[in-house]
Amino acid sequence: MRLDPSHTIRTPRTPGVDLPEHPDFLWRNPEPQRSYDVVIVGGGGHGLATAHYLAKNHGITNVAVLEKGWLAGGNMARNTTLIRSNYLWDESAAIYEHSLKLWEGLEEDLGYPILFSQRGVLNLAHTLQDVRDSVRRVEANKLNGVDAEWVEPDEVRKICPIVNTSTDIRYPVLGATYQPRAGIAKHDYVAWGFARRADEAGIDLIQDCEVTGFTTEGNRVTGVRTSRGDIAAGQVALCAAGHTTVLTDMLGFRVPVQSHPLQALVSELLEPVHPTIVMSNAVHVYVSQAHKGELVMGAGVDSYNGYGQRGAFHIIERQMAAAVELFPVFARAHLLRSWGGIVDVSPDASPIVGRTPYDNLFLNCGWGTGGFKATPGIGWCLADTIANNELHPTVAPFSLDRFVTGALVDEHGAAAVAH
Amino acid sequence: MQLIECPWCGPREEVEFHYGGQAHVPYPDNPAELTDEEWAHYVFFRDNTKGRFAERWNHTVGCRRWFNAVRDTTTYRFERVSRLDDPKPVTS
Repeated sequence: MRLDPSHTIRTPRTPGVDLPEHPDFLWRNPEPQRSYDVVIVGGGGHGLATAHYLAKNHGITNVAVLEKGWLAGGNMARNTTLIRSNYLWDESAAIYEHSLKLWEGLEEDLGYPILFSQRGVLNLAHTLQDVRDSVRRVEANKLNGVDAEWVEPDEVRKICPIVNTSTDIRYPVLGATYQPRAGIAKHDYVAWGFARRADEAGIDLIQDCEVTGFTTEGNRVTGVRTSRGDIAAGQVALCAAGHTTVLTDMLGFRVPVQSHPLQALVSELLEPVHPTIVMSNAVHVYVSQAHKGELVMGAGVDSYNGYGQRGAFHIIERQMAAAVELFPVFARAHLLRSWGGIVDVSPDASPIVGRTPYDNLFLNCGWGTGGFKATPGIGWCLADTIANNELHPTVAPFSLDRFVTGALVDEHGAAAVAH
Repeated sequence: MQLIECPWCGPREEVEFHYGGQAHVPYPDNPAELTDEEWAHYVFFRDNTKGRFAERWNHTVGCRRWFNAVRDTTTYRFERVSRLDDPKPVTS
C-alpha cells in the first residue's frame, strides 16, 4: 500500500533533541594561588555571577571562586528555575526586577544558550484574603514598574487550560496574579555560562576546595584556610547559601538564618501540556514544564533544620496531593526522581546582603527558597559592592543590621513557598 | 516515615509533631535593660548547628506537650528526647 505523499507520518519527538550541544571546553581547573585580591566562597550561581560581573563591570580578575564540591552542584543544581520579580515591597521589587532585566539580556552577555523562556507565572489565590493580598501586590508591582495583572478564573483557564478552576474543590481558584515576563531557564547552562565567562576573564574557579577556617587581624579577614592550603585575600565574599552559618560560626559572628531542606521533583517526560508557571501558596506546590518535557514541581520547606540535602517523604506526598487536585491531568504521570537542597531561611523571607563585623568581608545569604531568580541581579550588585567597597543602593536595605533597627522587608507573602 | 519518641506518648509518626527550633533559649532576666541589639539576638538569632542540635518539638496531635530533643541535623537521626524539666544536654 502506498501512502498519499501529503500524508506525513508523525514520528515521536526525541526529548532534548532540540537542546544545544555542550561546548568542548568550559573552564580550566587551576591550582589555587597563594593570594587573590578577591576570594568568593561558594561556587554556585551567586558566586559565579559575582565573579563574572567583577571581571565584566569592574575589570577585577585576580579573583578565586572556592567551591567545596563541584561547580554549581548545590542549590544551583537543585532549584526549580523559576524567575519572576512580582514581590510586594519596593526594596524587593528593585533587586528582583533588576535581576529580571539582566535575565532578559543574559544569553547575549554570556554568549551561551540559557534557554530563558518568558512564559509567565500565575500565583493562584484560593481564599478571599489571598485575593485581597494578591490585588494589593499587583498594584504595588505596577507602581514599581513590574508587569503584573490580576486575572479572574476564566482568564486563568485561558492562560493555563489544565488548571482545575471548578468551584467544588478544597482550594478553589478565585483568581491569580499574572506576571507575563516571568519564566524559566536551564539552571546548569546558566551556571556554566557564568563560569565560562569568568574563566575566560582569568578568574580561578577552584573546585574540591573547602574553606575550613579564616585568618583575621583585628577587623579584617586576611585569608581563608582551605582543604587545599591557605589563601590570602584582599576581600572576601560569602556566597554559601545553606552553609553560611558554618562559615560565620568560624568567624565568630551570628547571622539569623536557619538551614532547611527544600524538596523538588520531576515527572517522566511528557508532551507539552503546561504553557506557563503556576504557583500556589495555600496548597504548597509550584509547577512548570521543563524544555525536555518533565513537569518540575517544588514543595514547601521541611519544618526542621537540616543539612542533609534530602527531606521527609510526607512533604512530597502532600505536595503531590495538591498538584493532582489543581491539575487532575497529572494524576497518572509517574514521578521520575525527587531531591532536596539546603536553603537558608531568614526571619523576614528576604536576603541578608552587605557588611559584617569584618571590614573586608561581605555577606550574601538568606535568599531562602528564591535565590535562583536573583542570580544575575545579586552578582551584579555584590560585584559593585566589592569593587567600590560601598554598598550598592539596591542591596543596602538588606543589611544584617535591619534585625536591630527593625527595618524588616517582610516578603512571606510573595516568597510563595511555605516557610 | 521517621518515628519520633514523645517522652509521654512513646514513638509516633513524624507528621504528629511540630518543630520548635533551638531549645534552651531563656527569656531575658532583665528585659527592660536590654539594648536593641540584645533584643534582636533574643528575637531573631538562633544557632544553626550542622551536627548535634538541641531543639524543641511539640506533639501537636497527641498530648500537645513540648519536649526537647537532640537531633543530628545532617542525618536527621534523633539521639535522645527529654522533658522540659530535664537539664540541658551537652551537645558539643
